Amino acid sequence: MDWILFLYKFVFLIVIFLITLVVAMYSTYGERKVAAFMQDRRGPNRAGPFGLLQPLADGVKMFMKEEIIPTTANRMLFILGPSIAMTTAMLTGVVIPWGGTITIGGREFSMQIADLNIGILYVFAMVSIGVYGIMIGGWASNNKYALLGSIRAASQMISYELAMGMSIIALILTTGSLSLHDIVEQQQGWHWNIIYQPIGFLVFIICALAETNRAPFDLPECETELIGGYHTEYSSMKLGFYLFAEYINMFISSAVMATLYFGGYNVPLIDQLGLSQNTVTLLGSLFFFIKILVLIFVFMWIRWTLPRFRYDQLMNLGWKKLMPLAIFNILATGTYYYFTAFN
Amino acid sequence: MVFLFYLLSAVMVISGLFVVFSRSPINSVLSLIVCFIAMAGHYILLNSQFLAVVHLIVYTGAIMVLFLFVIMLLNLNRATIPQKTSMTRVAAVVAGGLFFLVMVAATRLTFEIHPRYPFSSKIGLVSEVGKALFHEFLLPFEVSSVLFISAMIGAMIFGKKDKESLPQPPPKEGA
Repeated sequence: MDWILFLYKFVFLIVIFLITLVVAMYSTYGERKVAAFMQDRRGPNRAGPFGLLQPLADGVKMFMKEEIIPTTANRMLFILGPSIAMTTAMLTGVVIPWGGTITIGGREFSMQIADLNIGILYVFAMVSIGVYGIMIGGWASNNKYALLGSIRAASQMISYELAMGMSIIALILTTGSLSLHDIVEQQQGWHWNIIYQPIGFLVFIICALAETNRAPFDLPECETELIGGYHTEYSSMKLGFYLFAEYINMFISSAVMATLYFGGYNVPLIDQLGLSQNTVTLLGSLFFFIKILVLIFVFMWIRWTLPRFRYDQLMNLGWKKLMPLAIFNILATGTYYYFTAFN
Repeated sequence: MVFLFYLLSAVMVISGLFVVFSRSPINSVLSLIVCFIAMAGHYILLNSQFLAVVHLIVYTGAIMVLFLFVIMLLNLNRATIPQKTSMTRVAAVVAGGLFFLVMVAATRLTFEIHPRYPFSSKIGLVSEVGKALFHEFLLPFEVSSVLFISAMIGAMIFGKKDKESLPQPPPKEGA
């Protein structure tokens, strides 16, 4: 076994783990600041300078709250629910290429934990397993509102997974590879996939909003109909895990979108600057994170701008508008490549 | 690798036994999900990453979610399962034993299995699966898509509500 590579991967895994947690933590702060900005308020500004310690204060508050497990709940599954939600949210970051290759002591290391040749499908598999966290949690609460909320969340996620998969098929037709590393390498310079697949990206971002249960598709949590939705009975850090998993999912889906459609760690014209390989890699990673943060901001922008859908409108949009649009996109892409690339 | 094989096999066997012996249907379904995830691990050990992930997406991610839906909505608990009489139990044991006997006899005869194609470690990779589906098995592949379409249309017709059986909206006031 190659111990240096093993050590590198281990350290890198922990770094990515910590970055994911920190970004998700500060997304909660960012969300409140963005909301405040949109609504002409100040937002959190008491804890630390500009309220920067607010996420820490929230975390401490979550841990200090009383831990309640309802007496009629299924104890084991009640604890299992948020654990699955959190674990599957964290697992997806493994296949994302966070940067190019970095040279340490004469050896090249890739800034990606695992370059699977089916990278995109792995992301989908994790998303589809993530549904269980919500379903099990909602059922184990033994509360009809929690059950209805979880069923609403799960059916919404399953419905939008289909259109999302369809939009990805068109993308795979253009790239010819399922590996996220290859897809990023093909988008050198300005050859970003958003230029070739604008419809696919539109479908993908709408589905990503629905998959992460965010506004305007945040129906699983609906005070007037369902109280708190699937996490009605949850309190303390178990509730925190559910809320936190949503922010991690938002970060990861932004990262996936930046990888698939916005060139990942590619920076236009950086080859002409004459910088060393390591500097280029680090700049690329920095640029990648800027792209991710911009996409997270778009998520928040949409949340505080658009009103939410009604449940039947949500299903109509998913099945009757996005699905045909995605299928049309596949057909158009396929026809284009049939008449240009293979003749 | 051998250690991983035994670990995954142990997980599969134990969770498979739980599926059968668990009294509550929800625990059965959850054990079946664990069993499927371990099976995906076996696919990865055989270098079939594509099959592993498709297995996770289709079986673990879609079909088992539907199972869970049905069980949650019917709210199957132990109390609602009718108690079997001793007669049915004896009949079940006899039938199960006979089935086991037939299975043992069948596997004993076909113990030596000769694969039609030589084993290739690349067989489960996405490019190889694609080549097999779109060259050698193109016709069966396309015909099975027709089967899927007909199944989907059938499900939609079953799911569609009858217009006559729907409750009529109350007449508007003043009309």
